[in-house]
Amino acid sequence: MSDAVPQPVFRLENVHLFYGHVPVVRDVSLTIGKNQITAFIGPSGCGKSTLLRCLNRLNDLIPSFHLEGRITYYDKNLYDPDIDPVEVRRRIGMVFQKPNPFPKSIYDNVAYGARVMKYKGNLDELVERSLRRVALWDEVKDRLKQSAYSLSGGQQQRLCIARTLAVEPEVVLMDEPCSALDPMATLKIEALMHELKSNYTIVIVTHNMQQAMRVADMTAFFNTEPTPNGGKVGYLVEWDRTQNIFHAPQKQATLDYVRGRFG
Amino acid sequence: MTTTALHPQVTGLLKRPRGRTWIGWLLTGLAALCTGLTLMPLLAVLGFVLVRGMGRVHLALLTQLPPPPGSSGGGLGNALMGTVIVVSLGTVMAVPLGVLTAVYLSEFSHTPGQQAIARWVRLSINGLAGVPAILVGVFVYGLLVATGIFGYSAVAAGVAVAVLMLPIMVRTTEEALKRVPQELRWASVGLGASHYDTVVRVVLPAALPSVVTGVMLAMARAAGDTAALLFTALFSNFWPQGLFEPIATLSVLVYNFAAVPFQPQQELAWAAAFFLVILLLIASVVARLVMHRLPLR
Repeated sequence: MSDAVPQPVFRLENVHLFYGHVPVVRDVSLTIGKNQITAFIGPSGCGKSTLLRCLNRLNDLIPSFHLEGRITYYDKNLYDPDIDPVEVRRRIGMVFQKPNPFPKSIYDNVAYGARVMKYKGNLDELVERSLRRVALWDEVKDRLKQSAYSLSGGQQQRLCIARTLAVEPEVVLMDEPCSALDPMATLKIEALMHELKSNYTIVIVTHNMQQAMRVADMTAFFNTEPTPNGGKVGYLVEWDRTQNIFHAPQKQATLDYVRGRFG
Repeated sequence: MTTTALHPQVTGLLKRPRGRTWIGWLLTGLAALCTGLTLMPLLAVLGFVLVRGMGRVHLALLTQLPPPPGSSGGGLGNALMGTVIVVSLGTVMAVPLGVLTAVYLSEFSHTPGQQAIARWVRLSINGLAGVPAILVGVFVYGLLVATGIFGYSAVAAGVAVAVLMLPIMVRTTEEALKRVPQELRWASVGLGASHYDTVVRVVLPAALPSVVTGVMLAMARAAGDTAALLFTALFSNFWPQGLFEPIATLSVLVYNFAAVPFQPQQELAWAAAFFLVILLLIASVVARLVMHRLPLR
């Protein structure tokens, strides 16, 4: 398996996730390769979104959350005390499930990250470049000062991707980016992901198995199992090339899931 | 007769003339009656103030001082100006303090230790909201007036009024901040913004309309209050002499003049009540206009 992975960007080693004392994900080890699209699939509640948010330390915002094990980024533990989480999130951007533009203009949404970073270059150019990358420029170039809320859902999500790209990250994390969108908007975003692959490393959480098949190079399948005290905990069943996961999985649970027998 | 028979599933969908409809009418009527009863005091007070106050309105009211007891004419220009000054002082003191307290409670108290502090702060704020205005007046009297630090003055009145405004500011602002969707904070932090940037650039602007509404509520409370001003602003028959001198206010003017046996003074009290209402109306209209002018919300 690991010979299929080019240069590893992330390495997860025996990662356990907890809310308070409750385990939500247990013992995940996997590697995420550079300039690849890695998909996390699995039934609801298996902790795949929580795991995704660990990759840019967004879970730090949840006071009760803690993590055991190691997540390394180019061989440096992201959770080492000398790591600045704010810098981590600049390098490792995130796109959320529901389009969440700021209540600001289209322009100000894209320029936000740059302004926060006190970007020295030409802001107009950066905004244009970022909007062109997500193929939104022609649709909005005449109304950059209008509210981002005037856009359709699909446009809003592309705006959110443009906003993330404007910070020039190395990795883009996507948490079910198409689940609130119609099929046409979904296809646009998937085409965009293929295009972004050459410059970025992408990790996507999705409920949609066709989507994982269409976009992902590697797929990790997560499942849940009951815990002794009546809860449930997520775990990694297997991860492999997407083709193998869907056509020749090693585990029965994966086979059942991709054939639609549960989940 | 000639109509085609309805499918049994459909007959159940037809409106039934009796039973439920009858009770529905009754309850609707009851609800309308209660709404009317609730609105009545408001409308009665407003109507009474408008009718009684409007009769006395002319330009001299704004430009002249109250007449000596017994004589007619004159105006309440000094009280109008005094109310504006005192409420402005209170706003300048209470708004920054209240907004920053709310920002702490909503955005910066996440560790268990800080949450314990936040609980105590909230408890104190609720306590403060329950303190009668007269007590606030006596407190500021004891703190600033009797000690001679300021004496009877606009500043002392401003402090008293700020104490009344503070809990309203904290509560409305905290509510407004809590209503800002969590996704916006995540989006900002996910873009590499610090916690500070997130609060200043995203959360506060998103909450601004509700914060301004809170400011209006607090100002209305301050402008309408009399008890807190009795021992702090006192009253003055002259134009405001400065921030450290006793000052006339509309509410104290109403209190002083409503009970005197002279017709002109009583009419002036009605006019003052009228202006209080108009002042609050103008302030809330202006606030709304300003909010609509803001680029985006």
